[in-house]
Amino acid sequence: MNPSFTIPKFRLPEIIARIGTRLPQWPHALTLVAGLNAALKMKLLPETELALLEDKLFRVRINDTGGEASYTYRNGLFRPVFRPDREPDLAFAANLSAYLQLLARQEDPDTLFFNRELEITGDTELGLIVKNMLDAVEWPSLPQLPLLSR
Amino acid sequence: MSPLPDLICPAGSLPALKAAVDNGADAVYLGFKNDTNARNFAGLNFDQKSMTEGIRYAHCKGREVLLAINTFAQAGRVADWEKAVDAAVDQGVDAIILADVGLLDYAARKHPQQRLHLSVQGSATSYEAINFCQREFGVRRAVLPRVLTLAQVEHVIKNTTVEIEVFGFGSLCVMNEGRCWLSSYACGESPNTVGACSPAKYVKWDKKPGAMETRLNGILIDRFGDDEPAGYPTLCKGRFEVEGETYYALEEPTSLNVLSILPEILKIGVRAIKVEGRQRSPAYVTQVTRTLRAALDTLASSTERFQVKPAWQAELAKVSEGSQATLGAYNRPWR
Repeated sequence: MNPSFTIPKFRLPEIIARIGTRLPQWPHALTLVAGLNAALKMKLLPETELALLEDKLFRVRINDTGGEASYTYRNGLFRPVFRPDREPDLAFAANLSAYLQLLARQEDPDTLFFNRELEITGDTELGLIVKNMLDAVEWPSLPQLPLLSR
Repeated sequence: MSPLPDLICPAGSLPALKAAVDNGADAVYLGFKNDTNARNFAGLNFDQKSMTEGIRYAHCKGREVLLAINTFAQAGRVADWEKAVDAAVDQGVDAIILADVGLLDYAARKHPQQRLHLSVQGSATSYEAINFCQREFGVRRAVLPRVLTLAQVEHVIKNTTVEIEVFGFGSLCVMNEGRCWLSSYACGESPNTVGACSPAKYVKWDKKPGAMETRLNGILIDRFGDDEPAGYPTLCKGRFEVEGETYYALEEPTSLNVLSILPEILKIGVRAIKVEGRQRSPAYVTQVTRTLRAALDTLASSTERFQVKPAWQAELAKVSEGSQATLGAYNRPWR
């Protein structure tokens, strides 16, 4: 990733969350699950840790968009859960900018947690497994596009 | 002038190791995926394959890899720790960081060519203890516990030929290194027994309206208001009611940051500066390594004119636990 590009900390206006919570949530869950399954297909996620996620219910909530997604991992695939019938085993809540900073490996989850920008509730050990699993992934570097290279 | 101290950075995963190497660490330290190291957290650390790749990567770029086997061999399972020592030698690590005297003896006898470092968990704060480890096990470097003043560190250095490594940045705790059983008091497990302080399976963060409660094995250890910074869920950093007042009765969550005393650290002849945090992510390793590298390089160009840049302090303050940095014991008037 381009080191000169940094994602600033921001918070979307509250009106967005007010609208967002009224919108259907299934597109978030589908997008997230598709991304996770793509990572599975590329064999980026280690099998020993994946086995520990079996049948666990996860919820990712984006505070300032009002979006949330629930999903589980079963028989080798991440699957969306549209109407969770219980509290999740592990729940994350943060603003969109915090998630983007995490995805870009710009900020460390512990830093965001210390600063109260990332909330983790539920099974703490499961949270640690997920965090360490994502940290250990060697994301393939993006191909050099002819337009960008000089 | 003394040579510039080596910058020793933590790696809990292969991406973290590469981040350390790419951002200017002279050496990285890591551990196996088991209880032979004191950061035995789920999903963290290296299996054989990732370690081989990590060592290859570091060596290609001329950096060293140090392997921490810094817990104490448990009764009936000594062979597991001895196997870890053998595996480290097979992997070709540059040094093994050991705390257990029995293991130091095993490693020194079985692998006399292997470079050995004395871990901070070995709890050696005097030159007598360090010289004993040199005489008996050929220890080449000792990592000092974070309880000594700078003057005491200098006193140790003057009285030993063993290289001295000190901590330069990272989370602080009650710092009874290698001898702390507080975690066991709450949950029956501690770094010396299972390789983890306050293991995650005992930790619960409960979100309540306006506050977050931290519980360790059911024991309430802290309650944070929505605007208060949080810390690691260890007993020593909890707030407790003592004679009607609730406060950090043992230790406030803080981070060590030695940027302001780097010239003194160089002057007294410290051989290496260590960064805490194998449990942290590649992003942290990048930020801290990059900052300390810049500071050390500035120091190398001119010791007299060295000044801490506000940008360095800001970068380190951001990743600090408790969002406050201190000089720890280094500048304490009492000893």
